[in-house]
Amino acid sequence: MNWKNLAAAAILATLPFAAGAVEPDEVLDDPVLETRAREISKVLRCLVCRSENIDNSNAGVARDLRLLVRERLTTGDTDEEVIEYIRARFGDYVLLKPPFKPETYVLWLAPAALMLIGGIGVIAILRKSGGTKVVNELDDDEKRIVAEILASGKEERV
Amino acid sequence: MIPEIGQFALALALAAALVQSILPMLGAARGNLLWMRSARSSSIAQLFLIAISFAALMRSFVVSDFTVLNVVENSNSLKPMLFKVAGTWGSHEGSLLLWVLILAIFGAGVALFGSNIPDALKARTLSVQAWISTGFLSFLLLTSNPFARVFPPPPDGNDLNPLLQDVGLAMHPPLLYFGYVGFSIVFSFAVAALIEGRVDAAWARWVRPWTLAAWMSLTAGIALGSWWAYYELGWGGWWFWDPVENVSFMPWLLGTALLHSAIVTEKRGAFKSWTILLAILTFSLSLLGTFIVRSGLLTSVHAFAVDPERGLYILGLLAITIGGSLTLYAWRAPAMEGGGLFTPISREAGLLINNLLLATATATVLFGTLYPLVLEAVNGDKISVGPPFFNATFIPIMLPLVVVMGVGPFLSWKRTDLKGVFQRLRFIAVLTGLAGLAIWYVLRGGPVLAYLSVAIAIWLLLATLREWTVRIRLFDVPMSESIRRARNLPRASHGMTMAHAGLAIAMFGFVGSSAWKSEEIVFVQPGSVIEIAGFDVRFDGVERVRGPNYFADRGTLTVSWEGELVTTLYPERRSYPVVQSRTTESAIRSTLAGDLYASLAEPASETASDQGAWTLRILYEPLLFFIWLGSIMMIFGGGLSLSDRRLRVGAPRRAIKSKIVATPAE
Repeated sequence: MNWKNLAAAAILATLPFAAGAVEPDEVLDDPVLETRAREISKVLRCLVCRSENIDNSNAGVARDLRLLVRERLTTGDTDEEVIEYIRARFGDYVLLKPPFKPETYVLWLAPAALMLIGGIGVIAILRKSGGTKVVNELDDDEKRIVAEILASGKEERV
Repeated sequence: MIPEIGQFALALALAAALVQSILPMLGAARGNLLWMRSARSSSIAQLFLIAISFAALMRSFVVSDFTVLNVVENSNSLKPMLFKVAGTWGSHEGSLLLWVLILAIFGAGVALFGSNIPDALKARTLSVQAWISTGFLSFLLLTSNPFARVFPPPPDGNDLNPLLQDVGLAMHPPLLYFGYVGFSIVFSFAVAALIEGRVDAAWARWVRPWTLAAWMSLTAGIALGSWWAYYELGWGGWWFWDPVENVSFMPWLLGTALLHSAIVTEKRGAFKSWTILLAILTFSLSLLGTFIVRSGLLTSVHAFAVDPERGLYILGLLAITIGGSLTLYAWRAPAMEGGGLFTPISREAGLLINNLLLATATATVLFGTLYPLVLEAVNGDKISVGPPFFNATFIPIMLPLVVVMGVGPFLSWKRTDLKGVFQRLRFIAVLTGLAGLAIWYVLRGGPVLAYLSVAIAIWLLLATLREWTVRIRLFDVPMSESIRRARNLPRASHGMTMAHAGLAIAMFGFVGSSAWKSEEIVFVQPGSVIEIAGFDVRFDGVERVRGPNYFADRGTLTVSWEGELVTTLYPERRSYPVVQSRTTESAIRSTLAGDLYASLAEPASETASDQGAWTLRILYEPLLFFIWLGSIMMIFGGGLSLSDRRLRVGAPRRAIKSKIVATPAE
């Protein structure tokens, strides 16, 4: 089986070594800045991945963006400025939290609008249903069944 | 030969489905009992034939028959037997075959065990089930033949994606599909009821066990998928709001709403048309999930356009199923309203709020998942909708729901004295407040939302337990009397307590592991010690080991706590030579207090000056285990409800009569 081992090792050697997620050599010395960098990384999308943020991604592009974020932070940018700097270069696609703009009004307002419409519906149902006085009395059918059970003299297990 | 038998069986199953689509439906319309009852034999025949087909495909995988294209593309002779078997549903074709198999299992289940369902309703339900079956069997035979041969056969197969070669993920699709497809039978019941024009308490009772079974499987499937992502992807996260996750989560959310709405229909005869609509929409979301995952639409709108045949076929199925059923609904539903009256403070109203919030949450996830696709198709504008969006919109909807969940079970049907409920809950509210403050005092750090969420979870747990103790009158009456009461309580009621408490427990895990996790990413050399959350983790180096179809670099980490040895962790990085890809196998020490999670990233030799150094990622995630514990409790709670003798499929009719005298607090 030795040749198989060798062959596998040979193939293995040709595999590309992807860059890992956040690498220790990227980490900033200032822990406050580093924490901010990590938080910013979580809202930026890795442009070549399906749906990963740059914090998790193994792609080289993501590493470049992580380094860029840290570079901007060390020059004294605020979090918003860093994100805006990156958005200005890569477009809205890079933001995992889509900006609030005419194209996304529907997206952002849908949950609240649906809740509102649904809430009005619920209130309407409650008013309609509550309009008649509801009393905790048995209707004729229920009375008959209760009477039957009482007559049978057994406790109904429910 | 055997693959051809499999394909032939599939074609025969399609023939059986076609007959079943028409004959029982006609029989029900004309009152022909013989035609109606033909559904029984045809649905059993369908199950038998599809099972033969499935077994044939599984055999091809087990014996590594590389004349079958599907086996070549998804298997390898070196692959462990478990994953050869799991390879059966690892591909597009195989997973669809599993889909129709489960469809047939549910159809035959109703035919065999639904002896208390009236003939006409059963015939119509099974006919509708056969419509779905016809659609998917023809899809399979026309566009995705799992038994296609290849000539000349290659010496070995391409192997399955190594990420999928994992016990958790091998079991994930069957469970998820049982959930997805389980809702098909509920859908069929709903459409049959619309055709019949009648929905009553008995209908809701017949549907409930199937809804519960589907819900339990879906819960298990989602939890298993989440667990897999947690230990296999190497990031220590358990939910990423990835579209693939979202499409399985939507039917779960709406299915949960359906489960609750159906109770109102069953007990009070109200919410009839709403329950029907939920049944239709829940299955529609399951179909949408299948479509989105299977069509390649997720990768990009353009990937869909490159190979549109399959996508268009499912899109057509989707349009016919959803469009047709909703049209039928619009036509027939208005005639079936009515039912019990209730005041704004009642269990009905509570469940109405539950449904409002769950439906809004579902719509939010739907919008977030589909919006980028729609926007790109409309004006080419590319946006991303990721976790920050979902956290900002979904959590504010769910937290109030959990607050209401604590109160809901205290409310009685029709009308409730709110004062009495508050009196019972006053103590719980004070206790929750104190517990929240205590946690804040101990921990201090972390976001406000985390404290709020933990407090709400505590509230739900305590209120749920309180409701249970009120029900059995614990400490009010002698213990023996309480035990007698607990034993007399319907199983469904214990099931609710268990499932609600399970959600509270899982919430501790959700919040604890996200808000208070600590993380270290460092270069390590043999002998390096990392401190995290009070643990000392010593890196002892990496060795090369060999698995059946992979090689691995296995690190050894010695974990100690104040000088005492706690455990040894072995995170791995595996390389699969055949498919040329790598996976990380994280090592986890799981306790109730929290998970210590280690994954080995890279040999650092490229960036660090010395050899033998590695990048190590260590996380400590408090309370993470509670997520799995809570999920298991929810599934178990569903099982308890399912085992309630009043719901048992084929339970005697007497049970249906007696439901009217059921205790109001249920």
